[in-house]
Amino acid sequence: MSRGRFARWFDMRGWTLLLIGAPYVWLVILFLLPFLIVVAMSVATNTPTAPPFSYGGDHPWINLEPFSRVLTDGLYLRAFLTSIMNAFVAMVLCLLIGYPMALGLTRVSKSWRTILLMLVILPFWTSFLLRVYAWMGLMGKNSWFNGLLTDFWNFLVPLDWAIRSVPMMHTNFAVVLVMVYTYLPFMILPLYASLERLDPTLDEAAMDLGSRPYQVFLDVTLPQSIPGIIAGGMLVFIPAAGELVIPSLVGNASQPMIGKIIQDEFGQARDWPMASAVAVALLVLMVVPTMIYSRYQAKAEGAK
Amino acid sequence: MAAQDDAPFLRIEGVSKSFGTFEAVKNVSLTVGKGEIFSLLGGSGCGKTTLLRMLAGFETPTKGRIFLDGHDMAAVPPWERPVHMMFQSYAIFPHMTVEANVGYGLKHEVGLSKADRAARVAAMLDLVQLSPFAKRKPHQISGGQRQRVALARALARQPKLLLLDEPLAALDKKLREHTQFELMSIQERTGVTFIVVTHDQEEAMTLSDRIAVMDKGEVRQVGTPTEVYESPSSRFVAGFIGSVNSFEATVVGREASHLRLDVPALGGEVLTRDMPGLVAGQNVSLAVRPEKLRITKDRPEGPNCLAGHVKDLAYFGKDSLYRIALPGALVQAHAVNARRGDEGARIADWDDAVWVSFDPSSAIVLVD
Repeated sequence: MSRGRFARWFDMRGWTLLLIGAPYVWLVILFLLPFLIVVAMSVATNTPTAPPFSYGGDHPWINLEPFSRVLTDGLYLRAFLTSIMNAFVAMVLCLLIGYPMALGLTRVSKSWRTILLMLVILPFWTSFLLRVYAWMGLMGKNSWFNGLLTDFWNFLVPLDWAIRSVPMMHTNFAVVLVMVYTYLPFMILPLYASLERLDPTLDEAAMDLGSRPYQVFLDVTLPQSIPGIIAGGMLVFIPAAGELVIPSLVGNASQPMIGKIIQDEFGQARDWPMASAVAVALLVLMVVPTMIYSRYQAKAEGAK
Repeated sequence: MAAQDDAPFLRIEGVSKSFGTFEAVKNVSLTVGKGEIFSLLGGSGCGKTTLLRMLAGFETPTKGRIFLDGHDMAAVPPWERPVHMMFQSYAIFPHMTVEANVGYGLKHEVGLSKADRAARVAAMLDLVQLSPFAKRKPHQISGGQRQRVALARALARQPKLLLLDEPLAALDKKLREHTQFELMSIQERTGVTFIVVTHDQEEAMTLSDRIAVMDKGEVRQVGTPTEVYESPSSRFVAGFIGSVNSFEATVVGREASHLRLDVPALGGEVLTRDMPGLVAGQNVSLAVRPEKLRITKDRPEGPNCLAGHVKDLAYFGKDSLYRIALPGALVQAHAVNARRGDEGARIADWDDAVWVSFDPSSAIVLVD
């Protein structure tokens, strides 16, 4: 009897709860709990023990010194600034490059669209690391690519300004270049999704009412694609700001990004509380734009 | 009503449009007078929408020319044409308020001050009775209201020509009838020339001053609703507009002012109004509209009386449709139920023997 009641409950409501609950359980166990551990570590005190932090005893239960260092020590502030700058520039470039591509995708025939969309995702089929190494090869002083750029520059400028090679490796330029290359699909796909939904008769209506094509774009296409721009922008900005591999491989070691700082604090410095505090600060920095986006989306959804 | 000048306001000259090997519009020539409501009527794929899109400038004619108010429109892009369109889907900008939608075209009007613009928008909203909804977003108003926003937006710039693509198709029946009259009264007040594309013959009949019936990219007949209905020029037009009983016939000869036809399906000869140009022995079609057939129990006086029996009848309240079996054909006859009552009010019942008759002047003789 009770088994039958359970079965009925499961059929009516249980399976939906299971479906909704499973990802939540996953997130709680694999994201929220580890994050709480990191938060707990961020208020501990660094000690020469294993693991290298302690609470209580000679040390306070809550030690806010790592956080005050995050906010006052120039090293961390500069790293945050570098991260945000690089990620922001990469995001803007991705938008400028990705928008025309996404718009183009909506204007070609169905069969071409499939092929071009495939090409957008194609880079993911090779290892990310391999692609970064390929860029390192291209940007290096002795590469044919660098040589070509050097010759081009030397051809354009007066003799006094001639250079032996273009200083690309180990610069923020290199970091941004590789990030744009890596994250471009994350911009194109949400943009394409939002542009593809637009009704082409709206363009005709605007044109019919006296708008030239560029005005049609500004008045009709662009405002309606804002959700896509925000989604794409966040998909690029958030991982780019926390990027570790690209700046370590092609970036300027004297201008570290925040990911590198976290790695160094955990690793070489063995200062886990400090590393945790930086990680928590980074997360807070990323959560703010996400929350703005969610509110914007809730407003847009509510308007429908 | 149509105040036609000597020089036509809109002249379409031998316009054709091909998409690849498919010819959507074939050598269409039409003239439309200023202030006219002109309908392009036809089934789907007849080329009416393509013709409309060429007037708006979204498609370029493969051949032929379009003149509006004396100007060749060939090189004029859509955004410079004094022609506005009301789209079938209404195409209202979802991210703008009702007010901003209506005022959208006005922002391109050079030398129109902000206050003038607001006044024009207000006047337009007033015209379509949407003033209380000015600040709403399109998703907050009903389908009928959206249709009126589309109309106000298209009229706001005072176009020379307003194109309406299936203006009433998306509305339900009650609203459609109401909107039909509203469209006509707005047209009268603004004096703008309307070109209406529709597949609905009733809509075309009630709205238009003149109708062009289209089929497979060609214009089959142009005329007033009465002309197109009462004097169709071809079997296609007769069958497309309203319903019709049509039969193969052969011309026997002329007598007095009448034409005598042999109609095998009706089991003999019938008299029709004379039509010039026909000779004895020529094969033609005889067409009679269902409402022009009289049904009586007794044999009436005069020509064109046919005996049959009621095969089927459908009661619609105000009228009834009878299907009457004649010796060689099944005909449809429409009769108004003028008397009120029970079953007795009907002219005839199932299987009753009846006489079907029609006036010689009511029959249509079609050559094409």
